Amino acid sequence: MTTAVEVQAPPRLSAWSRFRGWLTNPWGRPRFLTLFTWMYMVWALIPVLIAVQFSFNDSRSRTVWQGFSTRWYWGDPVDSVWHDPTLRSALAQSLKLATADVLIATPIGVLLAIGLARWSGWGSRPSNFLMLFPLVTPEIVMGVSLLLLFTHVFTFVGTGTTAQILGHVTFSISFVVVIVRGRLFSIGRQYEEAAADLGASPTVALYRVLLPLLTPAIIASAAVVFAISLDDFVISQWLSKGGETDTVPIQIYAATRAAPLPSTNAIATIMMVLTLVSVTAGYLVWRAFTRGERRAGREAVEGGRAAVEMR
Amino acid sequence: MYRRWLWPGFALPGTVWLIVLFLVPFYAVVAVAFGSVDPILLQPVPVWNPLEWNVGWIVEVLERLAPNGEWFGVAVRTIVYVAIALGLSLLIGYPVAYYIARHAGRTKSLLLILLIAPLWINYLMRMLAWVNLLAPDGYVNRFLTYTHVLAEPRDWLGGRASTVILALVYGYIPFMILPLFAALDRIDRSHLEAARDLGASPFSTFLHVTLPLSKAGILGGAVLIALPMFGDYYTPNVVSGAPQTSMIGNQIDFYFHYGGQPTIGAATTVVLAAFLTVLMAYYVWTIHRASQEARTA
Repeated sequence: MTTAVEVQAPPRLSAWSRFRGWLTNPWGRPRFLTLFTWMYMVWALIPVLIAVQFSFNDSRSRTVWQGFSTRWYWGDPVDSVWHDPTLRSALAQSLKLATADVLIATPIGVLLAIGLARWSGWGSRPSNFLMLFPLVTPEIVMGVSLLLLFTHVFTFVGTGTTAQILGHVTFSISFVVVIVRGRLFSIGRQYEEAAADLGASPTVALYRVLLPLLTPAIIASAAVVFAISLDDFVISQWLSKGGETDTVPIQIYAATRAAPLPSTNAIATIMMVLTLVSVTAGYLVWRAFTRGERRAGREAVEGGRAAVEMR
Repeated sequence: MYRRWLWPGFALPGTVWLIVLFLVPFYAVVAVAFGSVDPILLQPVPVWNPLEWNVGWIVEVLERLAPNGEWFGVAVRTIVYVAIALGLSLLIGYPVAYYIARHAGRTKSLLLILLIAPLWINYLMRMLAWVNLLAPDGYVNRFLTYTHVLAEPRDWLGGRASTVILALVYGYIPFMILPLFAALDRIDRSHLEAARDLGASPFSTFLHVTLPLSKAGILGGAVLIALPMFGDYYTPNVVSGAPQTSMIGNQIDFYFHYGGQPTIGAATTVVLAAFLTVLMAYYVWTIHRASQEARTA
């Protein structure tokens, strides 16, 4: 009567094969991909955070941590960003170029975007193509060509600040056009047509209707231009005449190839904060202006994506 | 009358700017590359008339790049580095983009922000970060010697091809993941469901539906990062600086900034630009087509 059926215990799995089963279980969540993605994020961002950490190091080393200090920002009387004349002038030059770039490239780019979106005559297609090329031309090719332009054709410009501003504007215009044009397409023409039906001339419709609608895109593109100008290394370097016309990225490049002090990390950190603040501000303004619009979220994503893909 | 000229008038300043400061400079490079050199001052003399062009410099650059030429090694190295870096970027980038587009759920916005962040961190700052980490007493060497993977700290920054390739991947991969993400995110989920309903396994759904639909993103991302990689000179300079890792961009940089022979540099630039024109045209054509679709949509 007593037929005791011995229940076979499942074979004990090793820790490794249980882990593998957990990781690759096809019916569970894609844990391998989750792990992979987060590892990528760690790899992409942690080195930068470590570089930021060492900008606060209390010694001259960029590799051995010796306590927190702000000496490389302003404490050190010789080598800090605040006291080192090279670093200070580099920061000033970077900000000067970025400001001039925003002031020149934004209006030109906005006008070009509106013009290209509304004009369909014979010149519009070549102009459209021309606008796209700076986005894909390798910077070294642009740097060489602008250098030769300013040293052999427009010799009155030469190298230096003016040349750098002209170069920055040249690669920035296309970014403005791409961002503003995305917004123009999503607005459509109906508002302007309504204004025209109500008797507004094209200029009035533009000023009273289109421009207010374009404000978020204009501010966003100004922020992006500021950021890409601060970030630029190649064009600034090719058009620099040394000394005071060297920007922060040029100094980082020079210092990295020689023997960098933590002050290099400090100035790089300052630049990173400036760029991220500018881009975030641009994004928040865009969000605030387009809130409540139908598909607003999608547009912001599409606009941001267009801007980023162009980079 | 004024209505007819209003919109072209808007486009005029930008178009003129790009003609004067983008197209004319190209012609300036070509004029220098096909020009002559002042025998006394050794300065390049551009020749603007195509009928008087001197092809000597271009021929010289092509001879250097040809097999047995002085730069053959550089040319092969550039192509190999870019090819390996592209392959690695795709291998790392595709799963990341796929996960964020398909499975990230509530963490999607956070992951997107983290994905975009490196684009707004200066390229040289990111290279500096690795120079710090790879220094003889940096974290990488200390970790590897602590775990006894290496008996002694290794000189990572002394002209290693692997360091340069990994630096290229690190530098450019964020620019590739975004187009990949955009392409994968756009795929309509009903296509995938249809494939599964018709009995396809997850793997064959991926192979026959997801992969073909993301082809545009793969090509776009690859072209987008291949172009700047081919013209890169600063990455090898920063993480290696040794002649055995120099790329074609380093030759251009050298002849302009150190070698004092801008004509050779200009001729090399023309050859490089001609080589890259196909890639550039492909990319411009796809953006143009996309914007035409947006315009008519």
